[in-house]
Amino acid sequence: MASTEPTRRAMLLGGTAAAAALAGPPAWAQPATAQSLIARPIPSSGEPLPIVGLGSWITFNVGNDPKLLDESAAVVAAFVEGGGRMIDSSPMYGSAQATIGYALRKLGPPAHVFAADKVWISDGARGREQIEQSRALWGIRRFDLMQVHNLLTWEKHIETLLEMKASGQVRYIGITTSEGRRHSEFERVMASRPLDFVQVSYNVLDREIEARILPLARERGIAVIVNRPFRQKDLIRHVERHPLPTWLTETGAKSWAQFLLKFVVSNPVVTCAIPATTRVDHVRENLAAARGMLPDAALRVRMADYVKQL
Amino acid sequence: MSEWWTYELSDFLLFSDRVYIRLFELHNAALWPAQIGTLLLGCAILYALLRPGQSGARFVPLALGVLWIGIAWTFFWQRYATINWAAPYIAPLFMLQGVAFIALAAGPGLALPGSAKRPLGYLAAVSLLLLCLFAYPVLAPALGRPMATAEVFGIAPDPTAAATLAVLAACRGRERWLLMIVPLLWSALTGLTLWTMGAQEALVAPTCALAAGAMAVACRSADRGA
Repeated sequence: MASTEPTRRAMLLGGTAAAAALAGPPAWAQPATAQSLIARPIPSSGEPLPIVGLGSWITFNVGNDPKLLDESAAVVAAFVEGGGRMIDSSPMYGSAQATIGYALRKLGPPAHVFAADKVWISDGARGREQIEQSRALWGIRRFDLMQVHNLLTWEKHIETLLEMKASGQVRYIGITTSEGRRHSEFERVMASRPLDFVQVSYNVLDREIEARILPLARERGIAVIVNRPFRQKDLIRHVERHPLPTWLTETGAKSWAQFLLKFVVSNPVVTCAIPATTRVDHVRENLAAARGMLPDAALRVRMADYVKQL
Repeated sequence: MSEWWTYELSDFLLFSDRVYIRLFELHNAALWPAQIGTLLLGCAILYALLRPGQSGARFVPLALGVLWIGIAWTFFWQRYATINWAAPYIAPLFMLQGVAFIALAAGPGLALPGSAKRPLGYLAAVSLLLLCLFAYPVLAPALGRPMATAEVFGIAPDPTAAATLAVLAACRGRERWLLMIVPLLWSALTGLTLWTMGAQEALVAPTCALAAGAMAVACRSADRGA
C-alpha cells in the first residue's frame, strides 16, 4: 500500500492524533498502530517502505553493557511495534550491529524488519567475509539491503554485492555517503551502476542533494535513504531554543523533531529517513512524523526559510 | 581518507557520553576492590619519590609497568574495545609502555630524585602525583556523577597517564623523556575525545600533561644549574 502523497485515511488519523494530543499526553508518547505509517515504494521493486526508519550511528554502540543493551532493545521494540521497518547499521558503528542482534533476538525476531547494513572494509576481497560477520551479529537469514559505506573500495564491493543479489543473498544493493562528501563520485556511481538505494545526508539546512542527487535518483529509479536528518541532534538543539511556528499545524507536526523530520520525508524523492535515538518516546515521536499530513512543496519552502532565519 | 578536510572531530566519535561514563562504572564494578590496591601502590610510589636514596629505583618502574600492562588488557582490550574499534590499536602502546618500565626495572632502574637537591619543579611534580591519586577519583562526584564512575589511578588510563608523567617529571635520567611519549600522546587523545563529547573535564588530562612537562623541564634546568 505504497503512496507518495498522504492518503485520506492518513490525514484523518493525523487529525485524530491532534485531538488526542489536546486531550492528554502527546500522541507520540504512546504506542501506535502499524497501519497508519505512510509508505513509499522502492522504485526497483515497488515494495512499500515506511518513510521513517531507525538509524544506529552512536546510539546503539553500547558495548556489552546489559542496562544499555536493554534500553536499546526497548527502542527497537517500540520502533517495530509502531510499524517501523528499516533498521540501518554498519560495521563502522562499534557494537551497534550486535546491539540490534540482541534486540531482534529478544523480540522474536519480527518478520517485517527491513535489515539494512553496509560493507566497510578497504580490502575488496574481504567484503563477503565482513558481510557474513555482520549477518551473524544481526542473527538474521539475510540482509534486505547491503550498501557500500562511504564509497570505500566501491568498485570491488559493488561487484560482490551484484553477485550476492543475483544469488539471492541480499535483496537490494546501494551506496552511502554522509555530510555531503564525494558527491561528484557518488553521482558517477549512481549513473553507471544498477543501484536500488542510495543513502545521503539531508535536512532542512543541508539541502545540497536537491540540486543533483535527488533528480538523478528519480531519473534512475533509485530509492533514497536520508541519514542525519537532525544533524546528530545539533539541529534540534539549535531550533528548540526558539518558538515553534504559529502555523505548525499546517505541517502536520507537533514538535520540533517532527517538524524537521516531516520536512525531510515530505520530499517525494525521499524513500525513508533513518533518525537514530536512545529513547523510546523519541522513536515514537519520530514514527508519528510518518503519519497524518505531509507538507507540500510550498510549505516545505516556508519551513526551510523559517529555520534558516532562526 | 578522501576529502579529509571535510571531517570534524565529531565524525570520529563513535559513542555517546552516557556510554563512556557507564564504561567506567562497569569497569570499576568488575575490578573492585583492586582500586584500593592500585591506590596503595600509588602511595608507595609517592613514598619512594619522597624518601632519600635510590632504594625504590626498581620498584617504581616495576609498579608502573604492571599497571600500564594491566590497563592495556583490562581496559583497552576487554572494555574500551567493545565501543571503540580503535581501542585495540591503542592497547599495544600501553603494553609497550609497561614493558619499557619493566625493562627499566630489570636494568638500571629509574633515577629517583634521591638525596639530591629538590627544586621547585620536583615539589610541583610530587604535588601533581598526589592530585592524580586522590583528586582524580573525586572528579566524577564533583561533576555530579556517581562515585561508581570514578577514574582511579592504576585502573583507568587518564589518571594513570597523568600520575606517570608526574613521576617522570620528578625523576632524572634521559630515559624519562622517552617514557613520557606514550602518556603525553594518550593525554592529548583523551582530551580530544572528551572535548568532542562536550565533557566538562576535557582539559584535565591535557593540563596535567602540560604541567608535568613544564615541571620536568624545570627539574632539568635546576639540575644543570646545580
